[in-house]
Amino acid sequence: MNPPYSPPPVRSPGAESRRPERAVPNSEPPPTTSERNPKPHMLDRVIRIFASLKLAVVCLTLAMLLVFIGTIAQVEEGLYNAQNRYFRSVLIYWQPQGADWKVPVFPGGYLIGSVLLLNLITAYSERLKMSRSKTGLFMAHGGLVLLVVGQFASDMLQVESFMRVGENQPKFYSESNMRTELAVTETSNPHHDEVVAIPERFLARREDLQHPQLPFTIRVKTYHQNSRLGERASDDKEPAAATEGVGPRVKFTPVPPAIKMDERNVPAAIVELLTPKGSLGTWVVSLALSHPQDVQVGGKTYTLALRPTRYYKSHSLTLLKFSHDKYRGTDIPKNFSSRVRVQRPDTGEDREVLIYMNNPLRYAGETYYQSGYDERDPRISILQVVRNPSWLTPYLACGLVGLGLCIQFMAHLLDFMRKRKTA
Amino acid sequence: MKTRLLKLIPWLLLAVFALEIIAILVPKPDKGLRVQDFGRLPVLLNGRVQPLDSVGRNALLQIRGTASVPLEEKKSYEFWKHPKKLKATEWIMEVMMKPDLADTRPIFLIHHPDLLNELDLRGKGKEKSGLFYFTFNELTNCIEKIEKEGQQVMTVDAQVRTAYQKQVAKVHNALGLYRRLKNTLQHETTHDFAKEFDEFKASIPAGVVAAKAREAKKPFDKAAFDRFVGWLGKYDFMARFAYPLLVPPAQPQAGRDQWQNMGQVLFEMGIHSAEAPPAVGWFAQMATAYRHDQPAAFNQALDGYRQWLGTKMGKELNKGRQEFFFNNLQAFLHAMIIYICAFLLAVGAMLTMTLTPNGAEAMRRSSLYLIILAWLVHTGGLIFRMWLERRPPVTNLYSSAIFIGWMAVLLGIILERIYRVGIGAAVASVVGFVTLVIAHNLALGGDTMEMLRAVLDTNFWLATHVVTVTLGYAATFVAGFLGIVYVLVGLFTPLLAMKVGAGGQAGNGDGRRAVPVPANAPDIGQALAKMVYGIVCFATLFSFVGTVLGGIWADQSWGRFWGWDPKENGALIIVLWNAIILHARWGGLVRERGLMNLAIFGNIVTAFSWFGVNMLGIGLHSYGFMDAAFKWLMIFDASQIFLIALGTLPPQYWRSFRVRAGAKLAPAPAS
Repeated sequence: MNPPYSPPPVRSPGAESRRPERAVPNSEPPPTTSERNPKPHMLDRVIRIFASLKLAVVCLTLAMLLVFIGTIAQVEEGLYNAQNRYFRSVLIYWQPQGADWKVPVFPGGYLIGSVLLLNLITAYSERLKMSRSKTGLFMAHGGLVLLVVGQFASDMLQVESFMRVGENQPKFYSESNMRTELAVTETSNPHHDEVVAIPERFLARREDLQHPQLPFTIRVKTYHQNSRLGERASDDKEPAAATEGVGPRVKFTPVPPAIKMDERNVPAAIVELLTPKGSLGTWVVSLALSHPQDVQVGGKTYTLALRPTRYYKSHSLTLLKFSHDKYRGTDIPKNFSSRVRVQRPDTGEDREVLIYMNNPLRYAGETYYQSGYDERDPRISILQVVRNPSWLTPYLACGLVGLGLCIQFMAHLLDFMRKRKTA
Repeated sequence: MKTRLLKLIPWLLLAVFALEIIAILVPKPDKGLRVQDFGRLPVLLNGRVQPLDSVGRNALLQIRGTASVPLEEKKSYEFWKHPKKLKATEWIMEVMMKPDLADTRPIFLIHHPDLLNELDLRGKGKEKSGLFYFTFNELTNCIEKIEKEGQQVMTVDAQVRTAYQKQVAKVHNALGLYRRLKNTLQHETTHDFAKEFDEFKASIPAGVVAAKAREAKKPFDKAAFDRFVGWLGKYDFMARFAYPLLVPPAQPQAGRDQWQNMGQVLFEMGIHSAEAPPAVGWFAQMATAYRHDQPAAFNQALDGYRQWLGTKMGKELNKGRQEFFFNNLQAFLHAMIIYICAFLLAVGAMLTMTLTPNGAEAMRRSSLYLIILAWLVHTGGLIFRMWLERRPPVTNLYSSAIFIGWMAVLLGIILERIYRVGIGAAVASVVGFVTLVIAHNLALGGDTMEMLRAVLDTNFWLATHVVTVTLGYAATFVAGFLGIVYVLVGLFTPLLAMKVGAGGQAGNGDGRRAVPVPANAPDIGQALAKMVYGIVCFATLFSFVGTVLGGIWADQSWGRFWGWDPKENGALIIVLWNAIILHARWGGLVRERGLMNLAIFGNIVTAFSWFGVNMLGIGLHSYGFMDAAFKWLMIFDASQIFLIALGTLPPQYWRSFRVRAGAKLAPAPAS
């Protein structure tokens, strides 16, 4: 028995439909022209796929698998790396050890998130029509969109750093615990220093670096993301890593990037400073070196230091008192708190605040949290500083979704109760 | 007549169990030595005031794995026998005041065969159910070896230790703890503490003079000096080893938490010629009286001390008394026993429902009544604990198990009230039982009411985020266990095809029961699907709100809403899984059976989030590594996968579905 019409002779392979054409029994009337149209609008089909609940289920399942894999991977790769590789990525690649090629094997967090968002939006515009009985679901999904978009914005915009505040020394900047910069400071002016800060990623490219304020070109000879610095014995047979500064006295060995949450990479590099007249020599710069090294050029003194990236503020914090109590007879911390003085020279603002666990200071678009204290010097309190313009979105989203789900499920429950009563 | 009897049975059973509970609540004063009053004495340990009974109980749990020491042997199946045993307080009294007797109690648990061989302990010790318990005296010859190996094992990261190393570490810790307890009240070699204390006091003036003279390089009384230094050495040792802080401050108004251990107090008395806090004298008298079996003298000293505490440290005295009561109530243990009885009754009810509907109904009712009783006991324990701690219900993993069980049982009871077919009762009792068993095992780690570190010290977030997220866990587990009931009952019994009437009672649709069930009523299978769907909705709501609240807490305390921390991810996975179930159902991707299988997988997901992530041992949230728990988690996961496999068997293997298909073909029975 042949179907009433034969398939069109030319078909794009595979794309149209993998199912055999519908066999319509003879008894039924032949399909109308519009139904018979072998090519329903491509766009309609795509939209239908994107609006389908099936896609939602597939995406949610992938998301769940991704979160699971990403969690397990943290053991090997560390929280930060796993986060970037699995959740803050479009695709997850597999790369055999030592190979220089990689293949995508799984969708990353950004991809799954965007498809889910698209799915939700198309579903609402196509399939789900607003009605009173669906208000709850609509609110819940709206909240979800807000949450996902807000988190994406946080990922893009959030800047985290730390501020070590001590007594009697107003602090005008916070420091990153991830990023590093090469700071070249010109110290000849007694009133202020001129700083050129070069982010670590430029060092990683091992290029020649130039800046209009610098009388020399910085040539990065070697760079290591993580290293250990040690002393170099005077009778060491190997040639010194660098000729100037502490170069001849130190020795550094590259180590694998840090994995644990409480470790940070200690980058190091060897740089050569070149003037039009020739080389000034080579220097070792490392996060492990606590003191900047001097460079004399044309009667001016510059200092070189690889240091945590600094974020300068228009206000300063000074520690008045740091308290750290423990429960009697134990090492369990009972509380940490810092009483700090906030000063802002441009407005003349000057006040005291108490920052403690679960009670941060929100100031000038930033939030200051009690993070810890310097174990070697308990008079230095460490505050975490977060700038996140979208910090309010989760609060709103949580309210929306919670309320939406409550309305929806309450309606279900009441319906169920009523049916049981009348049955 | 027969039906009336059947109606009475549930009430009779309830009365028996309720009487048992009441019997525990009735106070039983001590005759002779007032052991219980001693157990009520407050001390400071782990940063909190607790009764000596708790110190003994938690130490014994860590050393022996039980809260008491049996003195007579019995076979494990002889549950009717109640052999004599040392209760926690009695044991700690022996350890602190009669250490040579305590050294003969079999308390050290060693089960690794290699370690038994290594320490040459084969054929020694008391064996019970394949476990070997040794006395301190039996271990004296190998203490050095354990010490040496223990030191070495301590340098190995806890997560990579082998089973043997873990056993060494455990024995090493147990011995250390035991030794600390022995030197808590008096030095372990002391025989008459009251006399020693008087002699020490008397020797101080001469000793100080001699020491000062020696310092100034002048002639000094060598005998007085040596004796004095001898005391100080002993007390310095105690100061370093003592376990709880036994001595309350003499002047509480200067600082209520300025407790000290006995060694510190005595040492400082010698060094600063300070006056002894009153507690020391009372303790010394108690120790001597106990050692020489003089109950009257012991009770007198105890009374004296309690009176002093009553006037100066009334709050602490009350805290000790209340926690002692809570310890001996063992509310969760009793609830656990009742849950398992109720579970057997519920299963019996489901299995006999087609054979003897009335008998089944009697069993189902008995089960439900017992569950309600057990839940009340469970609730009592939960509230008492919250009150003791002045905290919301969940503060650590232990209390999360108690709370998940509590909530799951409540949900089960509600379901059983709606659908009176025994399924809600079966799920409530089994989840209640299992979670309390888990809690019991978690308590082996030590004090379950430990103080919270600074970041967790906020009742607001503990009451909101932690409670909601835990409710989400509980609901997901209930849905999963309903799924299990569906699969087992559907495969092996015809029950799923039975009709459920408007009142929730089951019938065959043939009107054979007192309240006839119409033929067009939904069957149990459909009713179960409704239950699971409803509970998954509930789980989605709570797990989502709880997770986001957690994010907000993290934003308040660490400065980021979401950090992909394992515990956060675990909670997120539960939310995602519940969302998957709901969407799959709305999209028609799954129907009754598929829904159940997804719900069972929810058990694996929740177990991972609850326990699995802690085993990763990373992240800000982790509570510590638990390896025994890991094995059980794997067994649990495997069992769930097996159940899902059963759930995917084709319908013709399901007894219930065959009945269902038959009912559809057969004409409706004539009314």
